[in-house]
Amino acid sequence: MTSSLGEVLIEFRAISRSFGEQSVLRDVSFSVRRGETLVLIGESGCGKSVSLKLMMALMEPTSGRILWDGQDAWSLNEQERNRQRLRFGYLFQGAALFDSLNIFDNVAFGLRQNTDLPHSQIQDIVFERLQEVGLRKNVCRQKPAELSGGMKKRVGLARALAMSPDIMFYDEPTTGLDPIMTDVINELIVQTRVRRPVTSVVVTHEMRTVEKVADNVIMLYPLARLEPDESQVVFSGTRAEAFQSNNPRVSQFIRGEAGDRMDELSLQRKQTVRDSATPSAA
Amino acid sequence: MTTEALTKDGVIGALGGTSLSAIDNIGNLGVFSIRSLRWLFSRWPRASVLLPTFYQIGVQSLVVVLITGGFIGMVLAVQTYAQFRSFHLESRLGAVITMTLVSELGPVLAATMLAGRVGSSMAAELGTMRVTEQIDALRALGANPLRYLVVPRFLACFLLIPILTVFADAIGILGGWLFCTQSLGLDSYDYWHHALNYVGPYDIFTGFTKSIFFGGAIALISCHRGFHCGAGAEGVGRAATEAFVWSFVVILILDFFLGVFFANLYFVLWPNAVLSM
Repeated sequence: MTSSLGEVLIEFRAISRSFGEQSVLRDVSFSVRRGETLVLIGESGCGKSVSLKLMMALMEPTSGRILWDGQDAWSLNEQERNRQRLRFGYLFQGAALFDSLNIFDNVAFGLRQNTDLPHSQIQDIVFERLQEVGLRKNVCRQKPAELSGGMKKRVGLARALAMSPDIMFYDEPTTGLDPIMTDVINELIVQTRVRRPVTSVVVTHEMRTVEKVADNVIMLYPLARLEPDESQVVFSGTRAEAFQSNNPRVSQFIRGEAGDRMDELSLQRKQTVRDSATPSAA
Repeated sequence: MTTEALTKDGVIGALGGTSLSAIDNIGNLGVFSIRSLRWLFSRWPRASVLLPTFYQIGVQSLVVVLITGGFIGMVLAVQTYAQFRSFHLESRLGAVITMTLVSELGPVLAATMLAGRVGSSMAAELGTMRVTEQIDALRALGANPLRYLVVPRFLACFLLIPILTVFADAIGILGGWLFCTQSLGLDSYDYWHHALNYVGPYDIFTGFTKSIFFGGAIALISCHRGFHCGAGAEGVGRAATEAFVWSFVVILILDFFLGVFFANLYFVLWPNAVLSM
């Protein structure tokens, strides 16, 4: 790869994605530049995690194109797409550790699958990655079920980093963790970027994560509450711009205020009360 | 059912929807099977992946298959004894039990038992992996889920279910012998003499071949259900149930068509022979 700093690595070009009748993404376009940490924010169900899976070509878009270094990811044959995918590391929302394997085998999985490295070298890499995420060697023989949520996330991060990826995807890395562990994971994301020249895309709705790790922020809005001609990307800019935004949808989300959602809920409640008070025709 | 649902459009619409869904599922299973089986001819999974699967599917199923086989043999003895005795043919029970077990009941019941034990478990395991994003994680780490998850399970079922069926047949014949000689007072010589004389290599071949097909079908259907399971615990539970139900239905369908095929093949190979099946 010959791209320089700031060059577009991944481009979403007019992407739409539906699941049966339900449309999740509509005509979404944005790009990820080399070296940046892009944070995708938005309410639950607005398509953040789906966007991440689309970016990694774990899922095919209904329409539109995903470009990796200018090349359509879905025009590549399966073998080439799999090979390209090794440039990416993915920390799944629930860590997605393989239940049947112990921690060592989980972290070593990608190396064993894709390289011919001798066991001693794989062992060195696994121990190094575990150390990077603040875990000791003695977890290696444990099974995922024996670990806490925070430890699972850290093992998931170690596994994603084992192949030294160019781009890291983090799917809600701090969801379900206590505030201390949330800070630890945020710090690990920052440290990962300090240690190696990695581009990161983080999906979150934790503002502490946005504050700590983001260079740029994109906010997606649920399609169900948008007008047909409105863009689903309601904000795209730097972290500072996001926190200073006058757009009520952005500022309400950042401040964690329900805003017009409360009015909607209130209307729905009143309607329910009216419906239950009206005698049924049957 | 409401009147509206019984209107012509409602019934036809429901039938059409069900038919389309069934065709879609069958097509999907076909594509899934072809894509999975392609890996058999390119790269097999490593021994470290294959052996635990073989152990789980083969060795851990042995006891349940032996118990099933043993009791089938004894039940056959109980059910046929009274009728054969009325014709003074009770000495031939060995032939009936052995023939029925080797060519029909052994393969079908062993496969049914394994569809319940192995098939449901595979569907639930793969379904859980799908729901918890472990299948996505495999792809993210450069592994093909079909090669890594389906091929070992297919090989284990394809190769080991026939072997388990042989064990079930053998224990069933022994169970029948035990009941006939110890409880019904038949002569041991008569039992084995007729058992060995009436059952030919072709009968053993047909039973064994059927179990190979049953094994392959159980693996592919169960893995397919697991890979396409719905969300949450409900989805996983449904996938496990569907894996067993569809495996059982397909086992019976395959049994019929393979039975017809082997009967015709017999007459093609030996036109003047009398089929002993």
